[in-house]
Amino acid sequence: MIVRILGEGQLEVDDSAADELNDLDRELEAAVEKNDEAGYRTALDALLERVRSIGTPMSADALQPSALILPQADLTMDEVRKLLTDEGLIPG
Amino acid sequence: MSVMKRVSMIFRAKANKALDRMEDPRETLDYSYQTQLELLQKVRRGVADVATSRKRVELQMNSLELSSNKLDKQARDALSAGREDLAREALSRKSGVQGQLADLNTQYTSLQGEEEKLTTASQRLQAKVDAFRTKKETIKATYTAAEAQTRINEAFTGISEEMGDVGMAIQRAEDKTAQMQARAGAIDELMASGALDDVVSGPRDDIQAELDRMGASHDVDSELARMKSELSQGSAPRQLEGSAGPADGQPTQAAQPADHQAGEGQ
Repeated sequence: MIVRILGEGQLEVDDSAADELNDLDRELEAAVEKNDEAGYRTALDALLERVRSIGTPMSADALQPSALILPQADLTMDEVRKLLTDEGLIPG
Repeated sequence: MSVMKRVSMIFRAKANKALDRMEDPRETLDYSYQTQLELLQKVRRGVADVATSRKRVELQMNSLELSSNKLDKQARDALSAGREDLAREALSRKSGVQGQLADLNTQYTSLQGEEEKLTTASQRLQAKVDAFRTKKETIKATYTAAEAQTRINEAFTGISEEMGDVGMAIQRAEDKTAQMQARAGAIDELMASGALDDVVSGPRDDIQAELDRMGASHDVDSELARMKSELSQGSAPRQLEGSAGPADGQPTQAAQPADHQAGEGQ
């Protein structure tokens, strides 16, 4: 499956990693819901770290959409909240 | 629902909305390509803007660095002239300048990071836009409208996602640049108002003025001492052979005792 890290690009990640990534993602989601900034930071870093270490960067001219999209490391929790709403951070 | 899935769905929804507006995708392809080229222009302008901001911060850092070095030298000069009060003042101003410098340094690093990110984003978008153009030409030449629709969906969604990502990156860079410019403007104003600048150069530099004044009186004293010793040498040269200090342009402290000695000899 293709995973995009915003601001960094797309990586090809083996489908077998889905469960593991979903677990990390649940921690991220829980932290955002609890408004737990420190937890959010830890969970996001762990998730990004994992994707970077198991993923293979895709070539720049690839035109495939991603199955999963991750916020970049320097996005604040508030920015991620905005990203999750439709009129959020994505222009256009 | 999962954060990663929600984000990707939101990107997907934006692409689908645009796709739905297409009647004959072959015609819309050109329009989409046009939009991509515009975004490419925009991201390149973004890189240039960030670079300009970064250079401005760099210039400010250079001039603050000069201030800091100058204040350091003034503190040393003041100390060696026995003026600890002046040295203290110079060092306290230096510490203010150092604080500004540290702040600017953080901004500089952040702008540099933004510049790198946008540069990579611009290269990635360029590669995708080129790939899209090739695909678009193939589709236009080969397929009927109905076939084109399915062929273009994936590529369109893919590039639309990239455009959303790049658009966000540009937005963030613009926000950061605007913040930097406000701060850089504030520092420029500080410098113009003399709050930082008056310690650096020109007539408003009171520490330097004090040091200069002391230096000048020091020069006058040693000149006087030298003259006196020359005069006394003329009248009784042999008496001074053991203390040849003043004629070598030694500091006042050395000149004064010699002067005194010469006076006694008369």
